[in-house]
Amino acid sequence: MSIRIRFFASLRESTGQAESSIDAGDAQTVLDVWALSTNDMDMPGNTLCAINMEYVDAHQSVQDGDEVAFFPPVTGG
Amino acid sequence: MIQIRDKAFNPWAELQQYQEGMSLQGKYGATAVFVGSMRDFNEGDKVQAMHLEHYPEMTEQYLEKIVQQAQQKWEILDTLIIHRVGEIFPDDPIVLVAVWSAHRANAFDASRYIMEELKSRAPFWKKETLPDGSRWVEKNTPG
Repeated sequence: MSIRIRFFASLRESTGQAESSIDAGDAQTVLDVWALSTNDMDMPGNTLCAINMEYVDAHQSVQDGDEVAFFPPVTGG
Repeated sequence: MIQIRDKAFNPWAELQQYQEGMSLQGKYGATAVFVGSMRDFNEGDKVQAMHLEHYPEMTEQYLEKIVQQAQQKWEILDTLIIHRVGEIFPDDPIVLVAVWSAHRANAFDASRYIMEELKSRAPFWKKETLPDGSRWVEKNTPG
């Protein structure tokens, strides 16, 4: 299963990654994708997650071809 | 109209140009305008500059959703949102939100709604440059 992963802002810096594609193997949820792509780093409690640019819960299931994004609380405006 | 800009913009000139191009002459009786600009201080510290990052495409999608929700809640005729990304300096405009409606209550309420939703849902992030380093802004100040 191929997943495109994106990290933004402070999470891009702390994970050392902006974007990548991984073979997510048997990953079932967004949380599994995080664990695979960060070598099991702890996910900061305030992390926001998106699948295909829609906010989702970290326990949401993922599908082949999804774009999964992780980022901190937003601070625009 | 929704635009993300990576260069400085003049909100007043944008507003004038946009309004002149609208075909709503005689239809609107109210224009509510909000302009957010960069301060040179935050949380007691001097801020020299700021980098604004965003999630391209998701940003535009969410701003579009927020406008559609505002259109469902209030009778509004048109909206203009311009938001900066990239390097920003004190006094630079960061965001322009303008709403046109027949009567003032809808324009006031819808512009406030759009601005608050933008701040809580649109994927933008600010990193401040301070005299002794830089830091990510962790949360927005209360309205």
